[in-house]
Amino acid sequence: MSLIDSLPRARSLRLPQADGLVQWIVPLAIVLIWQAACVTGFVSARVLPAPSDVALVGWKLLLSGELARNIWVSFWRAIVGFVIGGGIGFAFGLANGLSQLSNKLTDTTLQMVRNIPHLALIPLVILWFGIDESAKLFLVALGVFFPIYLNTLHGIRTVDPQLIEMGRIYGMSDGELFRRVIFPGALPSIFVGVRFALGIMWLTLIVAETIAASSGLGYMAMQAREFMLIDVVVLSILIYALLGKLADSAARILERLTLSWHPAFQKH
Amino acid sequence: MQESRLLLPDAGSLDHSDFIEQAHVTRRGSEASSRGLPLIIRGLRKSFGDNEVLRGIDLHIAAGQFVAIVGRSGCGKSTLLRLIAGLETIDAGTISFGEEARREDVRVMFQEPRLLPWARVLSNVEVGLGRDRASPDAQARAEKALTEVGLADKRGQWPAVLSGGQKQRVALARALVSEPRVLAFDEPLGALDALTRISMQRLLERVWHDQAFTAILVTHDVSEAVALADRVLIIEDGRIAHYVNVDIPRPRRRGSADLAALEGSILRELLQSADDISDL
Repeated sequence: MSLIDSLPRARSLRLPQADGLVQWIVPLAIVLIWQAACVTGFVSARVLPAPSDVALVGWKLLLSGELARNIWVSFWRAIVGFVIGGGIGFAFGLANGLSQLSNKLTDTTLQMVRNIPHLALIPLVILWFGIDESAKLFLVALGVFFPIYLNTLHGIRTVDPQLIEMGRIYGMSDGELFRRVIFPGALPSIFVGVRFALGIMWLTLIVAETIAASSGLGYMAMQAREFMLIDVVVLSILIYALLGKLADSAARILERLTLSWHPAFQKH
Repeated sequence: MQESRLLLPDAGSLDHSDFIEQAHVTRRGSEASSRGLPLIIRGLRKSFGDNEVLRGIDLHIAAGQFVAIVGRSGCGKSTLLRLIAGLETIDAGTISFGEEARREDVRVMFQEPRLLPWARVLSNVEVGLGRDRASPDAQARAEKALTEVGLADKRGQWPAVLSGGQKQRVALARALVSEPRVLAFDEPLGALDALTRISMQRLLERVWHDQAFTAILVTHDVSEAVALADRVLIIEDGRIAHYVNVDIPRPRRRGSADLAALEGSILRELLQSADDISDL
């Protein structure tokens, strides 16, 4: 028995300290090579500024407060759009996963809308909302809606029917069955949706801010392009990459906390 | 039947599985009289579409008896069990437990443990309390049931880290925690390896003896049926084809000549009917 018990542990053997650092080796190497290429003149500063120059302009913008303001504006749009779109997507996913009637009524419509690339709506959205906040929030919410809707629905549909039968045998009410069996069973799939949605959230926001905005990171990048400030353009792109990574890490931590029962998340 | 139950397995015959022996010592003093409910089935029929699975079952199981139901796959034995457990609707006929049975009085255990992977072992057992889940002694009762199956030390574990046999023991604790008066087993040991299966059989026999419920075991394993049951029913084509009384006193020694002889005759019966249908 002890031999069998020790097997899964052996599989999850890792280097505990190095684990967090290993993932940063490649990004760091890229930055170093990039710096070297710029310093030696292999790449012209007009094509790609050196990382040190980008860091410098980042520092200046940080001191002026412009950077923090733009990041905050973008971050706020991302979060609000995500909460609205994700909330509605989750609600529809629940309704259609739990009720046949609701599913028949709305699923076909939603599947049709899903096949329209939401960014194709930008011209229409600008006509509707102009370039104020609601336009960006609408686009982000729309983009985030579908991955969360689809994965919530899928998660609920694929909860083991044997577990649901077990819950009924042991006299669980509908509410209890949802809380104790269906929702926890759907949660891993919902998290897949959340992580997809986070990617779409940033993508949508970048495009929306680049095309129609008067503040935010995308706007900062477009302004810099007007004035040929290539270092600011690169800085904006890098910040998007960092924010994307940050959102993904947050989702992972949340996943780890709520899915600690799942064999894939168990630490020995 | 009561007499044969008084012949308790002594500690020496339980050397294969010490967890059973340990728990047994603590319970041996209390001799429970049968709390089980009788089961009376009359003219039971069930079809799925055009396929008539049960074609008139008449059956009377005395309170506290251990009955095994065997038959080839597709003979309707699992359907019969699901009807007894109230998991399917009855097309015709009646099933009664002699008196009004509460939901908590009839429990069923499946081949799959069906544990909630996101609940710790103890909360999984508490699920078995049904409507009593919220009562203040719920945790104490769940702990007692876990002790009964020898898994008290696993109470805080996730089901994912348990072995197949341990998961099935948690499922047994969940079925036992409401102190059912009828316990239906649907191939509960079918997915276990041979050694685990033998120690689980001993565990089933012991909890049946201690808690004195009526036990109905559906199995494809004839040796399991004769080792555990007071009576073995053979179902063929949706009808009860034969009854075999197992008048061998407990504790029964696995591999003994009389068990083997009985097993052989039941197997011959089953094979004969198979030969009638197809040329093997």
